[in-house]
Amino acid sequence: MSLRIEDHPLLDFSDKRKKPVKFYFNDREYKGYEGEPIAVALYANGVKKLSESPVKHRSRGLFCAIGKCASCRVVVNGIPNIRACQEPVREGLKVRSSKGLEKLEIKESSPPRISRPEEIETEILIIGAGPAGAIAAIKAADMGAKVLLVDYASRIGGQLIKQTHKFFGWRKYYAGYRGIKIAKILEEEIRKRANIEVWLNSPVVGYYEGNIFAVLKDKRKIVYVKPKKVIIAPGAVERFAIFENNDLPGIMGAGGAQTLMNVWGVKPGERVLVVGSGNVGLIVSYQMAQAGIEVKAIVEALPYIGGYFVHAAKVRRLGIPILTKHTIIRAEGTESVKKAIIAEIDEKWRPIPGTEKEFIVDAIIVAVGMYPDTTLTRMMGITHKFVKELGGFVPLRKRTLETTREGVYIAGDVSCIEEASTALMEGIIAGINAAKSLGYNNPVLENEAQEAIKDLEKFRSGPRYAHIKRALENVII
Amino acid sequence: MSWRERGFVTLEEISEFIPSEEYLRRHPIPIIECVEEIPCTPCYEICPTKAIQMEDLNAIPRLDPEKCTGCLLCAQICPGLAIFPTHFHKEGFARVYIPYEFLPVPKVGDRVQVLNREGKPVGEGTVFFVLQREKSLGDTVLVGVEVPREIAFEARHIRVMNR
Repeated sequence: MSLRIEDHPLLDFSDKRKKPVKFYFNDREYKGYEGEPIAVALYANGVKKLSESPVKHRSRGLFCAIGKCASCRVVVNGIPNIRACQEPVREGLKVRSSKGLEKLEIKESSPPRISRPEEIETEILIIGAGPAGAIAAIKAADMGAKVLLVDYASRIGGQLIKQTHKFFGWRKYYAGYRGIKIAKILEEEIRKRANIEVWLNSPVVGYYEGNIFAVLKDKRKIVYVKPKKVIIAPGAVERFAIFENNDLPGIMGAGGAQTLMNVWGVKPGERVLVVGSGNVGLIVSYQMAQAGIEVKAIVEALPYIGGYFVHAAKVRRLGIPILTKHTIIRAEGTESVKKAIIAEIDEKWRPIPGTEKEFIVDAIIVAVGMYPDTTLTRMMGITHKFVKELGGFVPLRKRTLETTREGVYIAGDVSCIEEASTALMEGIIAGINAAKSLGYNNPVLENEAQEAIKDLEKFRSGPRYAHIKRALENVII
Repeated sequence: MSWRERGFVTLEEISEFIPSEEYLRRHPIPIIECVEEIPCTPCYEICPTKAIQMEDLNAIPRLDPEKCTGCLLCAQICPGLAIFPTHFHKEGFARVYIPYEFLPVPKVGDRVQVLNREGKPVGEGTVFFVLQREKSLGDTVLVGVEVPREIAFEARHIRVMNR
């Protein structure tokens, strides 16, 4: 049975289903569409178990779907440890499950020749083409700087490309537009500017002395990039909820579910349970209903709904229950999830015996928050601090978003888990200030950066974000 | 228990946001079910007559029904799909405009099941108006449904019945 979405109220997947291809998984033939990731094509065919864990041989499947975790590793044409969510299918591809540590089969009789990679210079290197990095590139370019924008993903927009809901905030920061539309606007603006070079499919894989970043350009060739200034905007990583059998395939992060259904048009399941009623949990529930998926319930451990009231109202009027003071205690299934067991909890968050309820589901979507992706900033020796309200370890920064390393700026979720609107404001601040520090001047844009600093203050002055505003004082230098 | 636990508002909780019958009879008047202070202003920014007022970014929007012209722009743009313009156009009935992002999109003349804020059926209605996505300023379909007057303030979602 196919999990592909045929009709959708907001999205059209026909451009992603142009060329059908045949490929093999564990010697069985499957159909997919050229360009879609292996994991997506398999999921669409109902194949959720991709591999097994090395020691206990537990089933492993898709979790984050954006290449940030390693849950979906498989062996592709003999090469082990390939993330199935990132590697596209193509005609005749041979994929097999990973069953522990794989043998690395080197076919050449002599080791490959190693030569020094090409080294290039740029004025501003921006890492991450999500809302923060993309707008930073636009603003820095408008100041006059030469910008290199890199991202490991294949498209500009970061996670906006799967956000079908309309954004909040002010109109000048695209409030009232759907995330997918904002991604398109940012991309068009970037393509208009000759002084922005964009490298997609190009992860940053190393950082060396002399401020050199190793970028795997087009995922093929290492290039050493030596920038004068750097803006780091890598976003966030999804958190996981702890419950029995939480590693079963079919249990995935909310972002993973969004990638699957809103980017690739594949349902994460037919009947699902959602864990967490923050904005992400509410939004993903609404989006699943739009995709024709039955959302059995949203469970929330807190005694109240975590996300915006308006998001909650949108799912409640569809008849989806939000069960506060409830938690998931167990998932059941062998190769993939078949059942979710939830229970009411007492004020000490302990499940109350006798209150268990069972849901027959084929997916459980976990939306319990995110943490800043500080892999690179930590590697670069930037000083970090653990601030719970900001999502975990975050880099210390000035109001201009420059970190403890001169010439290195941050923007977006890496600075604190917040909204796309605030990521845009931060991108504006970082982009303009980085260019300014290179000697470029533009009073209008500099004023815009000042405005964005004030707007951030206003954004965070309401009851929803006041705790973030307070917590940020701990990381401002 | 309040909307924060339930995820929907009761009529008592929004009584202050429901304009008087005098205004409801004039033309569609937005009933703004935006009870939480969140940083969001598109309805305020788009209103051509400044009928929607907000003290600051995080304030709750307030309607001055005297200034409202019933243009429906606020209901189209609202990112929270929380605005339901309502018109007491004839005795015993009301016209309710519902932001609708599902399939199938109804057609004028369709009979639809009318659901309340909890997704429970409360009656039936007839579609008299459909603003398609391309024409909607906020990229959201707006469906106008004529319903019995007694469920005017309950009608918050629709389900298209078999054609």
